[in-house]
Amino acid sequence: MDPLLSDVLFGILAVILGTVATLAMYWLLNKLVQLLPPKIQDKVKSLGFLIPAATLLFLVLLLPLLQTFVWSFMDDKVKSFVGLENYITLFTSPDFLSILINNFLWILFVPAVTVSLGILFANLGNQVGPTREKILKSLIFMPMTISFVSASTIWGYLYTNPAPGRPKIGLLSAVVEFFGGTPQNWLQLDNGRLNTFLLMAVIVWLQVGYSMVIISAGIKAVPEETIEAARIDGANGVQVFFRIIVPQISSTIMSVFVTVLILVMKVFDIVLAMTGGNFNTNVLAFEYYKQFFVNSNLGPASAVVTILLILIAPLMWLQIRTVRRQESFR
Amino acid sequence: MKNTLNKLAKYKIGSTLLLVFLTAIWSIPTVGLLITSFRRRDVAEVSPWWDAIFSPLNQAWSIDAFTNSLAGGGMFNALVNTLVVTVPSVVLPLLIAANAAFAFTFMEFKGREIYFAAIVALMIIPLQSALIPVLRAMVAFQKATHIQLTGNFPSAWIIHCSFALPLAIYILRNYMLSLPVSLIEAARVDGASWYQIFWRLVMPMSVPALASFAIFQFLWVWNDYLIAFIFVGEQKSVMTYRLLRLLGQYGDGWQDVAAGSFISLIVPLIIFFSLQRYFVRGLTAGAVK
Repeated sequence: MDPLLSDVLFGILAVILGTVATLAMYWLLNKLVQLLPPKIQDKVKSLGFLIPAATLLFLVLLLPLLQTFVWSFMDDKVKSFVGLENYITLFTSPDFLSILINNFLWILFVPAVTVSLGILFANLGNQVGPTREKILKSLIFMPMTISFVSASTIWGYLYTNPAPGRPKIGLLSAVVEFFGGTPQNWLQLDNGRLNTFLLMAVIVWLQVGYSMVIISAGIKAVPEETIEAARIDGANGVQVFFRIIVPQISSTIMSVFVTVLILVMKVFDIVLAMTGGNFNTNVLAFEYYKQFFVNSNLGPASAVVTILLILIAPLMWLQIRTVRRQESFR
Repeated sequence: MKNTLNKLAKYKIGSTLLLVFLTAIWSIPTVGLLITSFRRRDVAEVSPWWDAIFSPLNQAWSIDAFTNSLAGGGMFNALVNTLVVTVPSVVLPLLIAANAAFAFTFMEFKGREIYFAAIVALMIIPLQSALIPVLRAMVAFQKATHIQLTGNFPSAWIIHCSFALPLAIYILRNYMLSLPVSLIEAARVDGASWYQIFWRLVMPMSVPALASFAIFQFLWVWNDYLIAFIFVGEQKSVMTYRLLRLLGQYGDGWQDVAAGSFISLIVPLIIFFSLQRYFVRGLTAGAVK
């Protein structure tokens, strides 16, 4: 049989079987709970709904997480313990410090810029009337459907700067030349980490649509009376926006901010497709990929992820707090 | 009322112009990509794509890049593989998370708040933290049972499904909290079992949240490279994998990658626009107050 056709059939079969099996599992769990005496039944009734999710979370998220932590103290083949050696090697290498600087810049700029542009677009969208809003916002949202790999290709094409004598086909070089500057090999330019900022543009471009859609819904839910009252008191558009609207959508802004921040910590495809981590553009998530797949250094790779996790850990607290605050509004 | 109308008139033109301008800037990369994908390679290599906007009739347009990447570049096979990876990776976590979210919303059990806080915390765990151990466990499992997981679709389903759960449970519970509790209590009084309440009442009412999570997960899995690369690999390569190969293979043969990128975003666009009306409603229930 044609291998493609067999893959298609396999896929369809898997969807049907997987769904049926999952449904059957819940039905069975429910029946099992019902077999128990009523008193116990009341105590364990929720288990029938929770066990499958809990099992997957434990086996695929929690257990491997602990294992990664332990392995970060082991050698390349995770055969014997080496103490803190992996961490010492990392923190004494100048390359790794460069990685941390880059990660810091990504964290500092990407979520803030994405959220700010999202607010700007959402606010403008709310003022132009429903039809225009729908069309323009759809266009801005569109990049959300593009993969990091494709987006990196698109932007790589905008940044490209062919050898001297070859025709100029990169937009950035053309624009810079138009304003009297000299075109450069942009992605190799690490003065002031310019190339890292060029990579960040890609993820901002991709994520602003999401930020705009969620924040726009937030702005629309702000009660009209509060805005009217402020206007009657003589507040102008800017004041209304920053004093009345922003405080009321702060938890929405916060949740978008955290979502983008989490994404930023994990992103590595952009670096892989655009610079391969060269020219001082490496980040933690890409360093992990390199240690794991290029060098097969399991211990050091685990150490890199552990550092990433430690950097992310404060976000957990932030996330839980944001959720708590949202729930207290109920 | 008149005052509001005046205000609308005042703001509309300025805001519209500004937003149109910003949207145009935002669309530059996509437009460049689209034009490039329809040009002949020899032309695209020597003249910038914006030339084609200014003199569209003097251009040598061609669909070679599309036929190239579909046939020679293997994008068609990759499209099928991507669908096979994606559909179960969206449907299964949706079912599993809906069940869990139901228990978290409507049932009383010990430690409910703590477990839910733990799930919220798990939302931020990066995929990378689990990959090496899970890959090793799967290889060990394969040696013991001779059931092939890696290099095949099921491994990707398991990973995508598990890592989607925290966010899915969170979104769905958020939405379920906004459902009327009195309805569920009435059903309990009438003697309905929890199982019946879940399937007959809560699932149908949660469609907006289910749809908005489905969009999210679909975009995420469809565009994922890491899992597809590690767990599925060359044999059943997905579109992101193929695209990166096309890029590497030709270096500056942008057209094939550009055309391939367009092929790869058609399906997500259809999904998004058909489920769009649920998107915001499902995501922001409870979050927007």
